[in-house]
Amino acid sequence: MYKYDKIDQTNVDERVAQFRDQTRRFLAGELTDDEFRPLRLRNGLYIQRYAPMFRIAVPYGMLASRQLRKLGDIAKRYDRGYGHFSTRQNLQLNWPKLEDVPEMLAELATVEMHAIQTSGNCIRNITTDQFAGIAPDEVIDPRAMAEILRQWSTFHPEFALLPRKFKIAVSGTKQDRAVVQAHDIGMEFYLDANNQVAIKVWVGGGLGRTPILGSVIREYLEWQHALTYCEAIIRVYNLHGRRDNIFKARIKILVKALGIDEFRRQVEAEWLHLKDSPNTITEAELKRVSQHFEQMPYEVLPAHNASFDAAIASNPAFAAWVKRCVHPHKQPGYRAITLSLKPHGKAPGDATSEQMHVVADLADQYSFGELRVSHEQNLILADVKLSDLFALWGKARKHGLATPNIGLLTDIICCPGGDFCSLANAKSIPIAEAIQQQFDNLDYLHDIGEIEINISGCMNGCGHHSVGHIGILGVDKDGSEWYQVSIGGKQGNDASLGSVIGPSFAAEEMPDVVQRLIDVYVQQRTPEERFIDTVRRLGIAPFKARVYADKDVHKEVAHA
Amino acid sequence: MPSSNLIRGNAIVANEWTCVTLPPPAEETVRKQAGKVVLFKLTGEVSATPEQIAATQIPASGKVLVPLSVWLARKQELAGRLDKGELGVWLDTHELIESLVEGEADLNDFPLIGVHVERCADGRIFSIATLLRTRYGYNNELRAFGDVLRDQLFFLKRCGFDSFLIRADRSAEEALASLKDFSAPYQGAVDDQLPIWRRINRNAL
Ligand code: SF4
Repeated sequence: MYKYDKIDQTNVDERVAQFRDQTRRFLAGELTDDEFRPLRLRNGLYIQRYAPMFRIAVPYGMLASRQLRKLGDIAKRYDRGYGHFSTRQNLQLNWPKLEDVPEMLAELATVEMHAIQTSGNCIRNITTDQFAGIAPDEVIDPRAMAEILRQWSTFHPEFALLPRKFKIAVSGTKQDRAVVQAHDIGMEFYLDANNQVAIKVWVGGGLGRTPILGSVIREYLEWQHALTYCEAIIRVYNLHGRRDNIFKARIKILVKALGIDEFRRQVEAEWLHLKDSPNTITEAELKRVSQHFEQMPYEVLPAHNASFDAAIASNPAFAAWVKRCVHPHKQPGYRAITLSLKPHGKAPGDATSEQMHVVADLADQYSFGELRVSHEQNLILADVKLSDLFALWGKARKHGLATPNIGLLTDIICCPGGDFCSLANAKSIPIAEAIQQQFDNLDYLHDIGEIEINISGCMNGCGHHSVGHIGILGVDKDGSEWYQVSIGGKQGNDASLGSVIGPSFAAEEMPDVVQRLIDVYVQQRTPEERFIDTVRRLGIAPFKARVYADKDVHKEVAHA
Repeated sequence: MPSSNLIRGNAIVANEWTCVTLPPPAEETVRKQAGKVVLFKLTGEVSATPEQIAATQIPASGKVLVPLSVWLARKQELAGRLDKGELGVWLDTHELIESLVEGEADLNDFPLIGVHVERCADGRIFSIATLLRTRYGYNNELRAFGDVLRDQLFFLKRCGFDSFLIRADRSAEEALASLKDFSAPYQGAVDDQLPIWRRINRNAL
């Protein structure tokens, strides 16, 4: 993975010094709340319901074992001994003290980490596929470009204070796993007819309050122009995006207001001036950064391993885990594995300090000392030998990291919600836990098969509810917490947004609502169909009918 | 030295320019709901009215920095001042630079252009400066004023400002330090157009 040189280290060190001074001035009363807010926000520090929330950047989800250990130590020393991995592939701590944050940043800087631009109205952490570099269906490893984008966007002076947050995702696979269509800018890398790296650029997607899938602004962009083209897009947005209404300030609103054709015209006109300017990426720079992502020193192994096959045959629990948590790898004899952070009845994405140390040790022992964070809020070891899987599984299981539910109903994506987040309308974690309890039967889970449930505590949609096969959104009605349910959302190449099935529900109804949706699917499905396929074939009507069968819908609607 | 809050380059200097502002707009009565008359002051991004422009008082001598709308409407009257080098023009972040650029043969006829930022979180100021410097070839003094605080200085400088009028209740002395917050920025911008990888050989580090 990318290793800092003197330049990178200087930047994070100077950032620590700057933020230390800003915090000192705030605590001394030299900065008002309003003045300090944008400063702390661009450093990942929110003031939440009970305490500040501090978000640490994990650029495009890549972590070294020593970094994860440091995260574990920081969580223990300055927080309550656990952290929350978010859908942005970052780590969030929910209970730090404001005065400790400069020291935490200084510690992070010792392992080449930071919290730069993890929130605030600026370019956020660049995200990508958790299987980048090892996926068999990968065309281009997007990580070098993600790193180049990270450096370019770090303290970009012109885009330091945008109308609203700005998220960029990159992807280089046939099957999009980075949800590029749901980002402010999505870059899909591919090889053109001459085998040169090119980019399809999407703009204006987003999952918040007004979920919209992005539009293609350019089918073909040579890779050298990635930065200048982003500059053209963001400049148009910076000048013309709305600043009067926070809910209408994302780039998607501007794109929609102008129409993609007019927006494209303005961007292209701007780009004419920027094209070939010094921020155009050189071969040499791409090469320098790419060296950090060269393939691991794999052993030459056969595609099959007898002891592994034997373990599968004799141990159903291991076989179940392999089925759900082990993923293909482009190198024969290797696999990627997911360590589930979704054990039933626990907050999705949470890991304790001890678990972080365990995972770091596993990474050192089995996977070249590296790991990744997925946007599904799990941890990935990307380069494990087939022959090591059984031993690894045993250790992971001991520490609650081997729930074989990846991609299944209980692998719920969930934002921190009302327990932590001051913007929340409703709690989200207890809903996830209640659903996991309802479906706490592995055979049944495997029978239901692949399904994604996403929960957000409010319209901001941090839990990506609008692209969940089942999406759950916390809403506020007369000051009490309710949940709106949608079905039929999906991420990936054939992304779609879910449709709301009807009036919202109280928290205690939610496990039953999900149960009814699943019942309809189980009865109606054809043998090959996943939940989403059945919803797409039948539409929402039969699901709706079952869920509301014994409800007085009219009364509900009246006060909705 | 007289106490001044103006930073030019890396030093605190006396401010020779008088900033001319528009008189406040008249309060308007707006019929918001049927039968209900509410009074509210116009806020937000409204353009200056002809009455405001006409009523704007401009000191008869000395260096004056006038609003863009006043300059556009009263060019003839002000042309002599420009020739004497004692007229600069300022715009708000919501005003279009194009309306300034269109009518001028050369922006460098102005010894000073100011950009006023009402709220420090308004990042349009950065794109405006970048465009003035790179697109429209403006080389003279470019000044940020309004809600200008030290924590934005580094970005303002990188976008081409060389003059900063720090908000009156804050110390310009202390703000000077922030111009040096970062020593090795990654990306090319106005002050240094080359990204780091074109400035130095990072392979050799
Ligand atoms: S979706 Fe809403 S409640 Fe959940 S983390 Fe985001 S802002 Fe907070």
